[in-house]
Amino acid sequence: MRKKFLAGIAVMAAATLAMTGCASGSTTAPTSAAGSASAAAEDVTLEFAQWWEPELPANALRGLMDQFEKENPGIKVKLISGPYASTKEQVVAGAAAGTMSDVVGLDGAWVNDFVKQGSLANLTELMKAASFDESQLAAQVQLDGSTWMIPVANFVYPMFVNDDLLKKAGVSAVPTNRTEFTAAAAALTKLGNNTAGWVLPLDSSAPNGIQNDVMSWVWSSGGSMLKDGKPYLTGNADVKSAMEFIKGMYDAGSIAKGSFTMKEQDKVNEFTNGRVGMMIDSLAHVNLIREQNKDLKFQVAAIPSADGYSGKRGMPYASWGIGVAANSKHQAEAFKLVAFLLGKDVNATLCNSAHAFPGNAQAVPDFVNTDAIFKQAFDIYQAGTPTNEFTGLPVAEDLMRSFDEQFQKYLAGKQSADDALAAAQKAWDAAFAG
Amino acid sequence: MSTTTLPARAKRTGPGGSRVQATGSKKGLAKALVPFGYLSPTVVLLTVLMVIPIVMVVGYSLMDNVIMKKNPQFVGFKHYSDILTSDSFWTAATNTLFFTGVSVVAHLVLGLAFAMMLNSELLGHRVKAIFRTIYVLPWLFTVAIIAVLWRLLLEPNGVINYLLTASQLAGSQIEWLGSPDTALFAVTFINIWSGYPFYMTSLLAGLQGIPGEYYEAAQVDGASAWQRFTRITLPQLKPIIISMALLDFIWTTQQFALIWMTTGGGPLGTTEMLSTFTYKLAFTKYQFGTASAAAVIVLVISMVLAFFYVRAQKARD
Repeated sequence: MRKKFLAGIAVMAAATLAMTGCASGSTTAPTSAAGSASAAAEDVTLEFAQWWEPELPANALRGLMDQFEKENPGIKVKLISGPYASTKEQVVAGAAAGTMSDVVGLDGAWVNDFVKQGSLANLTELMKAASFDESQLAAQVQLDGSTWMIPVANFVYPMFVNDDLLKKAGVSAVPTNRTEFTAAAAALTKLGNNTAGWVLPLDSSAPNGIQNDVMSWVWSSGGSMLKDGKPYLTGNADVKSAMEFIKGMYDAGSIAKGSFTMKEQDKVNEFTNGRVGMMIDSLAHVNLIREQNKDLKFQVAAIPSADGYSGKRGMPYASWGIGVAANSKHQAEAFKLVAFLLGKDVNATLCNSAHAFPGNAQAVPDFVNTDAIFKQAFDIYQAGTPTNEFTGLPVAEDLMRSFDEQFQKYLAGKQSADDALAAAQKAWDAAFAG
Repeated sequence: MSTTTLPARAKRTGPGGSRVQATGSKKGLAKALVPFGYLSPTVVLLTVLMVIPIVMVVGYSLMDNVIMKKNPQFVGFKHYSDILTSDSFWTAATNTLFFTGVSVVAHLVLGLAFAMMLNSELLGHRVKAIFRTIYVLPWLFTVAIIAVLWRLLLEPNGVINYLLTASQLAGSQIEWLGSPDTALFAVTFINIWSGYPFYMTSLLAGLQGIPGEYYEAAQVDGASAWQRFTRITLPQLKPIIISMALLDFIWTTQQFALIWMTTGGGPLGTTEMLSTFTYKLAFTKYQFGTASAAAVIVLVISMVLAFFYVRAQKARD
């Protein structure tokens, strides 16, 4: 009995030791009888946490990882994939606990917080150590002069226009400035049958409508919500003018009803069902719209600017960014994977599968040459400036939410534009002060 | 058991009795430990899944920069005073109280009404079975399905608005979830719709357990239907009603998914609940210390309700 008990304890201790051994690192040595495997012969297994794999065709990302493993013997990649929201929670928890995966898919909105937390490795140093040519990168997300995230694939947000509805409303040309847009939206709304000119999702659980559908009007006219990297809302004529422009359409009833609790997918549904004439949306939804309404005739165009503006137009974008964890024991190998994904050909392949614009400035995915709408969007992308001022800001989502709350109050007529801007400025200043 | 073993032990004492006694006390100890052995999986699970997380959250609530920084500082009850003096917290608390109070009362009234209908002898078995299936349906849907379903029904271009405008009951589309005037009522209605079957099935079981003789005797004594309801049905169901109302109160105060997926706490904070308020603090502001303090406050409220629930259960037993 006693022997059995001791044997049981020994088995449990051995199991515990084995489990601890497994959890303590991601380096696995080949087992040898002599137990003298050299460090050089060790295989490195990199963990790569991202939300991309579920959004790509089956095996698209795994196929690239297999190619990477073939090109880099001794390095294996374990993909940790999940939907965007759970990846975010997983990365936040990993950053807090110091167990972040070696390579992580990042959203620009998270970067500032992770950098403050010390959870991301400095990519400027890794690029230097690997003699990586930075000039091939389309963009880098920097803080305090160092790069922490590199966009691998970019999803731009142009204006989508329902051609049939515009024609029906007697609008002969796609609006290029705010006056034309207001007139087109009013004409579309006049069609009746619950048709609206434009659609504005402001739901506070996912407040990215502030970035994509509100601030985009500021950026498309060369404006900014920041000054020297700090919040600049109070007294900002560009932001105020965009707010007043939207409020004018809201009061005129040209915006689809239900804005205050409308989510991005509702916006896409409204447009797909032909109830809305114009929307600002991600190019990633083109295929979805086509699948759901084969008869819908639509095109994409640059977001209209303020009247008389002739400079380069900013266009919002969202990225699949990539970074390396500060707690990774294999940062050099992790950067090899980053460099691989940003290589001209691999990046073009990945972006082709994702229908995104490349993070490598020289890469040209096939779909921009074979699809008229993507070609149109690529031209707009190249003619304008991809802009997302929320990228790299602290608690970016919370900044959008606090602006959203004030903006909704303004739209509801409960406060003036100046009061809304002052209140949002106060909230943003507090968030920046941390 | 003990009475049968005692004489045997007594017989064994004699030469070498102390060794026998020692063996006996070891056996006794082993026997005494057996129940703890059986309990140990539950105790370990409770410790890992309940005690440790609760202690950690309470600890976090007393620290600043917790989780997000490597060296959090002890700040005592600062987060609690910040929260209790914040307008947003009290707005969320008031909304939660309205949402919960109305939901619990409506669940009870609807659940009891439907249970009595299904218990009525006026309906045949087949009709009862059909209605029972229909009435229990909302309970079978997950929160995500309920949220999507009602968002589609209540959206400006949804079925409800179509019916209202087509029948000329409403002049134009109503933004049920999007207007600050109607959003709280709309989410409360959805919660009522999704929760009443829980009461209905439990109360139906309770109704079926009331002896028919009580009603026959009351009828013989000339009691009216209302009197039979207030003097027999309600008193007989009272223990179930109290237990269920307390449980429902605890669950509804913690309702998060439904609010998050329908209104996200908007418009203009009119549907902000303690649960969404806490979530936003943690996952968009990354203020885990303040969020933990808010969670501890909700925990204390839930524990007070749980105390009454346990007391009601004990009284029932």
